[in-house]
Amino acid sequence: MGDFAEALTAALRLIVTLDAGLVEIIALSLQVTVTAVVIACLIGVPLGGFLAIGRAPGRRALIVLVNAFMGLPPVVVGLAVYLLLSASGPFGVLDLLYTPTAMIIAQTIIVTPIIAALTRQALADMSLEYDELLRSMRASRLQIAATLLWDARPSLATAALAGLGRALAEVGAVMIVGGNINHATRTMTTAIALETSRGALSMAMALGLILISLTIAINAGLLSLRGALGRGVVA
Amino acid sequence: MKSAARRAAAYALGLALCAASAARAEERGVLLQSTTSTQNSGLYEAILPIFTDTTGIPVRVVAVGTGQALKNAANCDADVVLVHAEQAERDFVAAGYGLARHPVMANDFVLIGPRSDPASVGAAPDLNTALSRLAEGAAPFVSRGDDSGTHKKERALWTRIGVMPDPRGGWYREVGAGMGAALNIAVGMRGYILSDRSTWISFGNKADHTILYDGDPALLNEYGVIQVSPAHCPSVNAQGAAEFIAWLLSPAGQAAIEDFRVAGQPLFMGAAR
Repeated sequence: MGDFAEALTAALRLIVTLDAGLVEIIALSLQVTVTAVVIACLIGVPLGGFLAIGRAPGRRALIVLVNAFMGLPPVVVGLAVYLLLSASGPFGVLDLLYTPTAMIIAQTIIVTPIIAALTRQALADMSLEYDELLRSMRASRLQIAATLLWDARPSLATAALAGLGRALAEVGAVMIVGGNINHATRTMTTAIALETSRGALSMAMALGLILISLTIAINAGLLSLRGALGRGVVA
Repeated sequence: MKSAARRAAAYALGLALCAASAARAEERGVLLQSTTSTQNSGLYEAILPIFTDTTGIPVRVVAVGTGQALKNAANCDADVVLVHAEQAERDFVAAGYGLARHPVMANDFVLIGPRSDPASVGAAPDLNTALSRLAEGAAPFVSRGDDSGTHKKERALWTRIGVMPDPRGGWYREVGAGMGAALNIAVGMRGYILSDRSTWISFGNKADHTILYDGDPALLNEYGVIQVSPAHCPSVNAQGAAEFIAWLLSPAGQAAIEDFRVAGQPLFMGAAR
């Protein structure tokens, strides 16, 4: 238990003194993951809506694919993005490797299937309920999708939170495409991996405790925000 | 006519992009691919600010195993590599990926194990005996298993005594991890491991482990520095890379390396010649 006590003390000291290094890596972690989740929502929500309501050939196969890709291994995504962005890869000329942008690209790929699959599931469940009503109103598919998406707000928020959690906790992809460069691409998770490999286990654990607290704070914040905006919609 | 014009336009665009990326290379400073052993020791945090203060050139470090560092550099994702596997470095230069290899610093490898020393490595009269005793399998031996410089050295040592360790044999465990992560595993398994001295000295989770064998000339660990060839990789920051290497090899750079200490102990000797 000594290690945990030491980790807790170290964590508190880092937070209370507003350690500059800590603030820097938290800011980068949030910048990367929040941007990735926003982009993933912009792609994933319409995609999920299409998968739930649309009637294109191959839709079923696409649903299977999106559901399966919720479990994309981050290290494989990282490797693929590395090969694409490498100076000798097809997009090397963009000079994005080892930048936060590269990390955002990798995390967007990881998070989008989660948002799309959870959106689709929420809408599919809801459309069973609303189907008859909407049909009787002769609503178009687009209108149906829009109505369902609006009413599914709480589920969509949960989907976004699931994506955010996955992105904040992810280390395999950002390590490869970001390179864990001090003052440039070091995030909470890559810093934890580095401190662990230095054998500085209580410092690593302290950062871990801070990361977990941060995740809890974000969830609590969004939950209360949702309560304020939800106008009676029950999650 | 039309296609010729299009080709010319594509060519111009390509040139512009290349020029833009070369210009960006200058701004972004020097990208160094290096090893986990050097990063874990804290060396770069000590010496890089000195270089940046004198030249204004920032250096970004990506720390991976020697194998991956050379591979990334061959992909043009580096301006400079600083690694420790002489043969692989010479192959890298011979393949046209790098300009020249310069010895930059050195320390040595050490055999680490539990204080209780079940394989009696500490009492071995020479390195070969120490290795043979490990190969008897009284305790686990943790191998990096990641094609890093340390892993290459370790395999060379086994070859030297004519042993081919079998990863399925029980005592030889290939963990596929960086130096510090592998040390954590060795400590957890109460096993033996080959480490560079600098990572071990600065390692924070030694528990009941200690250096049991060191001092053989075969355990020398020399680091080389190589500039990635601008002919092979037009996008590299050649000027920054050349300045950085010149500084590392200069008396000032060598002094910065030797002045770096952890717990009062120097970790690297300058090796420029």
